[in-house]
Amino acid sequence: MMSQYLFYFLTFVAIFCALLVVFSKNPIYSALFLIVTFFATAGHYFLLNAQFLAAVHVIVYAGAIMVLFIYVIMMLNLNREVEPHKSTAIKIAATVCGCILGLVLVAALRETEMSAISEYSNPGIGLIERLGNVLFGAYMVPFEISTVLFLSAMVGAVFLSKKSIH
Amino acid sequence: MEIIKGIPLTSYILLCSILFSIGAIGVLYRRNALVIFMCIELMLNSSNLLLVAFSRYFSDTNAQVFVFFIMAVAAAEVSVGLAILMMVYRNTKTTDIDALNKLKF
Repeated sequence: MMSQYLFYFLTFVAIFCALLVVFSKNPIYSALFLIVTFFATAGHYFLLNAQFLAAVHVIVYAGAIMVLFIYVIMMLNLNREVEPHKSTAIKIAATVCGCILGLVLVAALRETEMSAISEYSNPGIGLIERLGNVLFGAYMVPFEISTVLFLSAMVGAVFLSKKSIH
Repeated sequence: MEIIKGIPLTSYILLCSILFSIGAIGVLYRRNALVIFMCIELMLNSSNLLLVAFSRYFSDTNAQVFVFFIMAVAAAEVSVGLAILMMVYRNTKTTDIDALNKLKF
């Protein structure tokens, strides 16, 4: 019962803060509300017994990605005054398009038959031990390739932020 | 903490659809390239949450490994994307996405 209330609370926080990310005028407020949304998502991971992913989510998103975002916002000195404005017609069109997308997704997935849910569900699948065994067993090669991805991302970031490219 | 007894999987599908749609609205609604990036993160996040929910309800560890890889790709994407954004800002002196309409028909 307790976890149900927690689920609804986290859902409310996630959706409310996601809306505020989109509709707040100041980019720094958007970034801060996005951090709250990430924490709510991490709470959902905890509820789903994915402790390892919850920890990684907080570290990677709230710790690394959002710090990068806020750093860039502060470096570019973005605030409410320099925020570009879109015309009202485009805003209404965007909102209607997004709502239609949500409607289509919900309508398509609402009637899905979830027949294959196993009764003997194993609560320990999100633990770091099981996950590590799978990650370093079956997914060893993709894991190594992701390090190459990080290296190329690092090289790309350094190359792009050089002052002049000759 | 038996979440899957009390909450049907449909609730998670609904939540993730709503979060994804909010992200899509943000991409269409805002003109600041930085906020558009944030909304893309929101959409990635909702798909991650849905993968974890499915992995829990179907007792499958593979989905959580995929979420791990998606997080890795998102981190790499953000670092390169923000570097591109800095480059754009240096050349156009704005983060308005409509300043880059040279390829527009």
